[in-house]
Amino acid sequence: MTLGLINANPVVRETKKRIARAEDPHPDDAVDPLDVFDSVRDIRDPEHPYSLEQLSVLSEESITVDEKLGRIQITFTPTVQHCSMATVIGLCLRVKLMHCFPPHFKVDIKVSPGSLANEESVNKQLNDKERVAAALENPNLRQLVDECLYSNELYSY
Amino acid sequence: MELGAELREVERLEGHGDRVWSLAWNPAPENCGRAPAMLASCSGDKTVRIWQPTSSGAWDCSAVLEDAHNRTVRSCAWSPNGKLLATASFDSTIAIWEYIGNDFECVATLEGHENEVKSVSWSASGLLLATCGRDKTVWLWEVQPGNEYECVSVLQGHSQDVKMVQWHPNLDILVSVSYDNSIKVWAEDGDSDDWHCVRTLNEASSGHSSTVWALSFNTTGDRMVTCSDDLTLKIWNTGLEDYDSWRHLCTLSGYHDRTIFSVHWSSEGVIASGAADDAMCLFVENQDHSVDEAPYILLLKKEKAHDMDVNSVRWSPKEPSLLASASDDGVIKLWELSQVS
Repeated sequence: MTLGLINANPVVRETKKRIARAEDPHPDDAVDPLDVFDSVRDIRDPEHPYSLEQLSVLSEESITVDEKLGRIQITFTPTVQHCSMATVIGLCLRVKLMHCFPPHFKVDIKVSPGSLANEESVNKQLNDKERVAAALENPNLRQLVDECLYSNELYSY
Repeated sequence: MELGAELREVERLEGHGDRVWSLAWNPAPENCGRAPAMLASCSGDKTVRIWQPTSSGAWDCSAVLEDAHNRTVRSCAWSPNGKLLATASFDSTIAIWEYIGNDFECVATLEGHENEVKSVSWSASGLLLATCGRDKTVWLWEVQPGNEYECVSVLQGHSQDVKMVQWHPNLDILVSVSYDNSIKVWAEDGDSDDWHCVRTLNEASSGHSSTVWALSFNTTGDRMVTCSDDLTLKIWNTGLEDYDSWRHLCTLSGYHDRTIFSVHWSSEGVIASGAADDAMCLFVENQDHSVDEAPYILLLKKEKAHDMDVNSVRWSPKEPSLLASASDDGVIKLWELSQVS
């Protein structure tokens, strides 16, 4: 565990303006990339009091959904090349999606190409179901994930 | 060649409160009461369930083995005489259960692995137990009288998480498969009684290009099938005494489009696979195939066998056309294979 923050001075940007979707053109159970993005945009970064959207870790464009096959693919961009929090962010995404979308959806989570030094090994770990399950049984890791998912209320402006 | 075969769902076993990871059929259920069959299942709900057919033919959960593990139970295996069940858990221990007076009692707990234990396998003689886990090691335990288990070797060699271990059906040869994409064969050195890795089958030997999740030998042990995150199944010729001659025979690809978690070879030569695409496939040897034809072919594919990932497929040792499957959906299904002419 490093002593200081990995990225002490993250670049923070404005969040994308949220458009109220009062008239939902889709039937109730249809899922599109914006639905997915809405569910994950406010996840708090493990190290900084900002959301993944604010830190440009995620965007709506980084999400694809195949409704027919029941597949969701998310690509995220860690803030620095040697981010040891990448696996935590990946776990947070997976847990949030598990809570928000029907269980038959298959989720693939990857770091955006070129954004991480150990990209292949992180992608492999993030998509190994058994490793994910075991990680979520680790109480310390689970607590960190829960904080990232649920403490955003403390930081909203 | 016309292959008319049908896989019919005959039973649905529900009860587990979380995903079911593994299944194991008791090889000698007559030693555990009156029912003609006994199936063990283990789950993310931290328990093991025992399922048996009742006199009416319908299956029932006859026991829930709990309180021995405080995390996911990942794998289970029956001893050859059917009287003991070993269960491997993410809590880093292995529990040994014995059938005593109509119930199962935890008679031993094996400690030593540094973290999650992923698989357990009994040797054909019942004298050795092998376990493996995320600590990259394979442990060999000797079964001693009085429910004593002594660790006789800790095998190092894999560079990553070891997903499964399986003994050869007749010989004291052990095979392990890993997150490091390789398959390793372990045997005892004749003179020194030391166990070591006698062969590694990796990408260079026509092996897998991603995590290998499972392996299964055929009844005689001269063939082995492995399955992987690389979406293929591979068949190996393992019939030679000289380990260096073990070789790749055939790769089955294009049948699953997500990670293949489980594979099992029936006593009648049917290979079953279960994958994260919710499907199961059955393969058989292509009899009298010519040189340019595939030696193994698809018998049938069962799409949507479950509502979620299929984690385990296991043929019954007593009824060669009875197949059990387990899924992330928490359900276990029994299927009957019939060949339609």
